[in-house]
This record gives sequence, structure tokens and C-alpha cells, in this order.
Amino acid sequence: MKEVKIKVRNLSLYFNYIQALNDVSIDIYSKKVTAIIGPSGCGKTSFLRSLNRMNELINGFRFTGEIQIDNTNIYDKEIDVVNLRKLVGMVFQKSNLFPKSIYDNLVFAPKLHGMKDDSQINEIIEETCKKAAIWDEIKDRLNENALNLSAGQQQRLCIARSLTVKPDILLMDEPASALDPTSTSKIEELIYELKKNYTILLVTHNMQQAARISDHTAFFYVGQLVEYEKTTKMFTNPTNQQTEDYITGRFG
Amino acid sequence: MAIKRFSKRIFDDIKGIKISEANAGVLGISLIKFVTLFVFILYFLVFLKIFVEGFSVISWEFLTASPKNNMTEGGIGPAIFGTLSVVTLMILFAVPIGVFAAIYINEYAKSNFIIRLVKISVNNLAGVPSIVIGLFGLGFFVLFIGKNIDELLQTGLLLGKPAMLWAAATLAVLVLPTIIVTTTEALEAVPKEQRAASYGLGASRWQTIKSIVLPQARPGILTGIILAISRGAGETAPILFLGCAFFLPDLPIVKLNFGLFAIPMINPADQFMYLSYHIFILATQSSNPTLTIPIQYGTTLVLMFLTFTLNITAVVLRYRFRKQLNAMRSY
Repeated sequence: MKEVKIKVRNLSLYFNYIQALNDVSIDIYSKKVTAIIGPSGCGKTSFLRSLNRMNELINGFRFTGEIQIDNTNIYDKEIDVVNLRKLVGMVFQKSNLFPKSIYDNLVFAPKLHGMKDDSQINEIIEETCKKAAIWDEIKDRLNENALNLSAGQQQRLCIARSLTVKPDILLMDEPASALDPTSTSKIEELIYELKKNYTILLVTHNMQQAARISDHTAFFYVGQLVEYEKTTKMFTNPTNQQTEDYITGRFG
Repeated sequence: MAIKRFSKRIFDDIKGIKISEANAGVLGISLIKFVTLFVFILYFLVFLKIFVEGFSVISWEFLTASPKNNMTEGGIGPAIFGTLSVVTLMILFAVPIGVFAAIYINEYAKSNFIIRLVKISVNNLAGVPSIVIGLFGLGFFVLFIGKNIDELLQTGLLLGKPAMLWAAATLAVLVLPTIIVTTTEALEAVPKEQRAASYGLGASRWQTIKSIVLPQARPGILTGIILAISRGAGETAPILFLGCAFFLPDLPIVKLNFGLFAIPMINPADQFMYLSYHIFILATQSSNPTLTIPIQYGTTLVLMFLTFTLNITAVVLRYRFRKQLNAMRSY
């Protein structure tokens, strides 16, 4: 049964006079991994960042259209951005841990959102780290500087940190592009595990990665949504010629 | 390579000298080495002279006592006290204004015409001759603000005269660009990704600044503050008209009475002595400048020690700051 989590209708994004996205309509399904592929500059990241309103931080951002999460318009005046970002977590291309201890990185969000009870916080930390499959590696070194971890561990800690706000949706912007194959496969396994509880949007440049772990794939090209299909269909029998050319590596 | 070619061009321009590029390179580099060494030696000699002459004068008494016998004997206690007091007040004025201005410019303001104008003005302010700032201080703080406060509060002549408060305010104007520019740089140096991480976790702009940006920029901001202190402590011209005294029999202290007990406090409405100004008057204004020479050396050494220590602290802090930032960017 497919349940629509995010409903995007006629979304166009502009940065000053540059149009980043043109009239995109798409339904993202609940508790599935949706891969977003396309050549650089096609609007993948801008699309992702419009889902937790991170684009608003950029000067000159405008948009038209509508985005609904759980049937609520997230650009409604009454929506609190803080609550939205608690609902929609984000993991970035490069690990961006704070130069603090592992523990401080993990408690940042719970404390920010007013949690005071230490045992409750510790519970959240343990739970999220286990979900992010990093608990065994860090449980004995919580007070160490987070930047001492390896790059792969850092990225998984970033995922754990983004889970501490208890989101429903996880936006991942090329989370494994800066990592070695072993760390990458760990992250992929993790994403596979996480989709039991979360709706995941994954931007990736890696076709095999998209084919391996996603349920649906959306192909963006110069700001337009060219094709949106089940991954199995997309990678075996794409409808659109451009999609086929891109996933077979003929351009992009 | 560039040096070699450049040196050859210079030597070629001097008529009659034919020289190969390799030789020109050697000569050019030797010249640069020589000039560097020359500057270093010159600097070293000046410092050595001040150190040797000054060190023999320095004693506990010299550092604490008042000048005696027409300034030819005694110490520089009041000048040190005055310098520290003024600089402290200056920091109280300059740091909040400077840091918040930088935060506003860097984190909140949209880049428009007015903000660009403000940025240019800040940089220009750094280039205004200090004597001009001093005259501005006299006109604006003493004659405008001070006089008006006096008239408003009917206190008689209290703040409408040159005083420590206005000297500190004027020095604050002088060091404001230093603080704004270094703070801006420190804020800019905090990676965008860090802010994105914080916003992504649902933090507001101010929460992000407070708990992510400022802690990471702190060493950079501190560097700016220390450089500002060092600059303020070394300046003479801006405070010439603002209550800097030739000699004061008493320290600028006021006792605040709270019934049973009294707390001594710096009196910001009073005049003060200042290290750099003290050197100036010993050398030019005292009744017998030759007799004051040892004291001049001693005072110079104390002032140099003060500014040197501050500058070195700033350098160390900046080094640490860069190392921390590099660690963050290595992945």
C-alpha cells in the first residue's frame, strides 16, 4: 500500500533571476526511499532544500507552487519552521559535525528544543545511535571530539544527529559521495534499515547506489522532472529517451 | 622563478650590466635576504637599547610610585593605572558595539547599498589619522554629549570637560574598525556547512549564532579585541585633548559610599595619566629632559612589554584558531 507523504504541485524555484526548478509535481511515498538523480545543476539539491525550507536562508529565493507534507502546506504562514525542520531532518554531502564532543553533537538538538531531563536525553542518544548503527563504535568515547572520528563514522554520526529531532522524513544530499566504498556500503545498509521508520529522499550521483537502495527514482534534468518511476522499472525499461541516456552513462 | 626574472629585468635596466638570469636570481635573492636581515637587526638593536637602559630602572617602586622631584625621580604607577583604566573602559565601549555591529553586518543584513556603504566606512574609519579622531572626541563627546548631559542634569561642570570617560570613548572609536573587521573575518571563517547543520536541526538564526557560530569564532574575535587593546594602549594623539594629565597628585579614584562601607572605583569623570603620553611629556615638556632619560627608557620598556605581550597573545590565539578551522575542513 502506497501512502503519499509529500505532495509537491507545480513547484518552481528561483534564485534572483535564475530558475532552478520548473513546474515540478511529484508524490513522495511514505516509508520508502526515493532516489533523485540527474546531472549537476539540475535542481536536485534545491528541490531537496525546499522540503525543509532551507532555501529561504539564501538571498533572492522565490518560489511558486505548493508543497504539502501530510496534507499540510509547509509554506503556510502558520507553519513554524522549527517544527517543520524537526519533522524533516537533513544530512549533507560532507559531514558537518560541530567541533565539539560526540555527546555535545548529539544533545544539541534535544536541548535546543527544550529537553532538560538527562536520562531522557541519554535514552534518545542511545536509541538514535543504534538506529544509525554507530552506537557500538562511539558508546565508550562520547566525550571525545567528534572530529577525531573517521570520515565514514562522522557521516553516520551526522545521520544519528539528524535523527535526534525525531523526524518523519530524512533528506539526504549525496551522503556517501565523499566516502570510501566500505563506508559507503555501511551508509547504504543503514539507509535500507532506516526506511522501515522514515521516509527518505536521497540525492545521488551514483546510479548503482540509486538502483541498489531506492524504491522509486526521480530523474531531474535542467530544472524539470523528466521521469518518476519505480526504481526497478526506471533502471530496466525507462520510458523517456533522456532518462535512458543518463542512466546508461551517455551524458551527464 | 618570478624573482629571478624580475631581478634580471632590474639589472638589465641598469645600463652596461649584462647578467644571466641565474646570476640575477642569486643577486636578487641575496638582496632580499640582506634587506630582511637589515630590518631585523635594526629592530633588534632598538629593542636591545630600550631593554638594557630600561631594565636597570625597573623596580617595584618604579612600577607603583608617583613621579617625584619634577618628574626626575619616582615611578610611573599612576600612568600604568591610568592606562589600564582607560583601556578597560575603552573595551567596555568598543567590544559590545563592535561585535554586535559585525554580527549584524555578517549574519543579519542583506547585502544592499547601505550595508556596502557601512562596510566601506568601517574600512575608511581605520585609516583616519588618530589626531583627527581625537579632535572629533573633543568636539562630539566633551563639547556636545558631555556639556548637554551637564545641562540636562544640572550638575555643574562634571562631564562637559576632558575626562577619562571621553578618552576611553574616543579610543573606542579608534579601535572600532579593528574589532569590527576581525570579528567579521572570524564570523566569515565559520564554515557555511556548520550553519546549515544547525538550521537543519531546527535552530533559529539567533540560536545558531549563539551556540554554533560565536563559539567557533571566539578565538578570532578575541584576537581582534587583544589587538584593539594593544592599539589603544599605545596611542597618544587621540587622548591629547581628552583629560590626559601631565602630573596628578592622586589616582583618579572615587569612593562610592554605601553607608557603612565604601567601595573605591575608577572615576570616569576625572583626569588621568597615560604611559605613552608620559613618555612624550618626559621627553619634551619636563623642566629637565636629560635627567628624565632613565625614566623615559623605563616607561618605554613597560609600554612595549604591555603591547608586545598582548600582540603575542593575539598571534598565538590566531594560530590556534586557524588550526582548529583546518581540522574542521580536513574531511
